[in-house]
Amino acid sequence: MKWTRRDVLKGLGGLPIVGGIWWAGAASSLLESKEREAQAEILKQLNIQPSLPSTVPPVEGEPIRVGIIGFGIRGEQLCRSLGFATKKWLENMKEAVDKNPDHSALSDFQNQEKLNVKLVAVCDIFDFNANRVIESFSTESNKVDRYTTYQEMIKSGNVDAVIIATPDHWHAPMAIEALNNGVSAYVEKPMTHTVEETYQLREAARNSSAKLMVGHQHRQTMSFKTAQDIVKKGTLGHVSMIQTNTNRNDDNGAWNYHIHEDASEQTIDWEQFLGNAPKIPFNKNHFFRWRKWWAYGSGLSGDLLTHDYDRLNCVLEMGIPESVMTSGGIYTHIDGRNVPDVLQVNMEYPNFSTGASQKAGKEKGMTFIYSATLGNTFSRPTILMGHDASMELGNRLTVWPDRRSTKYGELIKAGKMDSNIPIYEYDPASNMPDGVSSATSKYFADKGLMWTYVNGKRVDSTFLHLREWLSVVRNGGKLSCGIDEGFDEAISAHMAGISYKTGRRIEWDTEKEIIKPIEGINFDEVLIG
Amino acid sequence: MFGIKSGWGLKHSVVLMRILIGWHFLFEGIIKLYNPEWTSFGYLASAQGPLKSIFVSMANPSIIGAIDVLNMSALIVVGLTLILGIYEKLGAFIGMGLLAMYYFAHPPFPGLPEINVEGNYWFVNKNLIELAALLVIFQLPTGQLFGLKRLFNKNNANN
Repeated sequence: MKWTRRDVLKGLGGLPIVGGIWWAGAASSLLESKEREAQAEILKQLNIQPSLPSTVPPVEGEPIRVGIIGFGIRGEQLCRSLGFATKKWLENMKEAVDKNPDHSALSDFQNQEKLNVKLVAVCDIFDFNANRVIESFSTESNKVDRYTTYQEMIKSGNVDAVIIATPDHWHAPMAIEALNNGVSAYVEKPMTHTVEETYQLREAARNSSAKLMVGHQHRQTMSFKTAQDIVKKGTLGHVSMIQTNTNRNDDNGAWNYHIHEDASEQTIDWEQFLGNAPKIPFNKNHFFRWRKWWAYGSGLSGDLLTHDYDRLNCVLEMGIPESVMTSGGIYTHIDGRNVPDVLQVNMEYPNFSTGASQKAGKEKGMTFIYSATLGNTFSRPTILMGHDASMELGNRLTVWPDRRSTKYGELIKAGKMDSNIPIYEYDPASNMPDGVSSATSKYFADKGLMWTYVNGKRVDSTFLHLREWLSVVRNGGKLSCGIDEGFDEAISAHMAGISYKTGRRIEWDTEKEIIKPIEGINFDEVLIG
Repeated sequence: MFGIKSGWGLKHSVVLMRILIGWHFLFEGIIKLYNPEWTSFGYLASAQGPLKSIFVSMANPSIIGAIDVLNMSALIVVGLTLILGIYEKLGAFIGMGLLAMYYFAHPPFPGLPEINVEGNYWFVNKNLIELAALLVIFQLPTGQLFGLKRLFNKNNANN
């Protein structure tokens, strides 16, 4: 061994480099792990756990016999969530998979848990739609019967429950008929078309043993259930403002749906379509694009505000606003419609509180702002703005501390919190750092790799909503969106619509549970007129 | 014309490159070693390009744990061999394999989305360049010049 000093230096020179790198890597990781621990400490203090959708007892024994009233766009989606997809849809999805193996709609449908139901009846006043149901869902052991009117279906004794996916002006009459005959009903939003109907339906639901579910399937989404926990724990402090929005910019989003080539006076029962609407001659445009007229639909306030309102009512339980002011107009889609395509709704809750971290007297009052346009798609998130934190509410859930928060002030000062860094993020696939080239979990969120999972499975919230309804129909229990939630939704939406129509502030009398009368104005007449 | 002066300048340049690349690999490995939450799942699950299915299947929960350990160990082995200057050919070879996988998992091919990259790439990205640099190191071992090999070889020679 004749190592020179030079040999040793050059031979072992790499060792201190390795030592240095090892130390630096370990130290920075440990530092991060300390940050993680600090984060865990805060989370522990906040104790926010993602909530799983509540499990419901299954429907045992005989299958529940379901009838579908209205097999249009939404009716078809609801049937699919119930486990019934049309042959045409299955063919289309197979083609989609052939073109793109990643297309998952078909496999999602096939993997969906089977519900113990029979689809036994259809009522659709357009022959084409009724025939689609019969052709696709009739089997040798189970023939689907077509009924000409919903009354015949409900009174036939052949259905235990009905799904109502009709134009808005038919929701309440059909739901009331069902409940009065002991048939359970799943009704799409908005629950009713007028103020008066809202009370009538509530009365019918209270007096019936049958179960009424309103179709706000968001209530089944995990992020919303988790958001409930976050608000209940006082994480946000006093929420003084909520902003929620609709941004659409295409024909479909503006309700200019396809007018079917088979449509004619021979294939459509026009009189039945009109119902309580003004008598006008047969009009395909009105039949297929009914959402554009107050006579059958409810415009942005009934069609889309109701979604956002109920999402937040589910999280906050803030109920009906004390007053509502609305403005808007028809600015983009000047095509004969009479519902607005731009709408701003301000709902006031002067006595509502989500708790407070400040001195007494600063904990009450909230404005709920709904802002909608059918002429732009810029994504404006739903934000709950509290004194201590802001929460972005969507399929992902993010909570940022407020830089001037009282509750988190010390933590922010100590550098343990930062207003730019979320203190809570819920997304089901966030545990995803990188290889050598860097990629953050946000990237995966933006790529849409994140779905709502239940036990690692991607699940459709409408399916969960229907499953809950059917379970309660058979086993009893409380519905997550029953008549009380539907009452709040319908009244709030109607107040917004009436305010738009009258240009006046519309007020709610909490004690009497009525909209405060305004002399000379019949609310329902102006609402649907 | 400049000649390469007895290869001295070239060899020392390669030593420098070897240490820098080793440094890069070792640090990536150590960071993963000390972070219990690290996983390559997301990186693999979001793979793009012609070999997408292979990478996605590697993200399978039943094997992802083993894949993570292999990746981390390989990074550290490459880092140690290159910096210490011993078994550097083996290290360079493993490193090329790793970089080829990183390259093909998210290849900078036209038409594929480039997500979360800080520059603009067309077929050639930094992974590919680092791979080529490792090829040079593979061809031109320098452990004899700066590294443990210098000691071992001398030792052997004396026995």
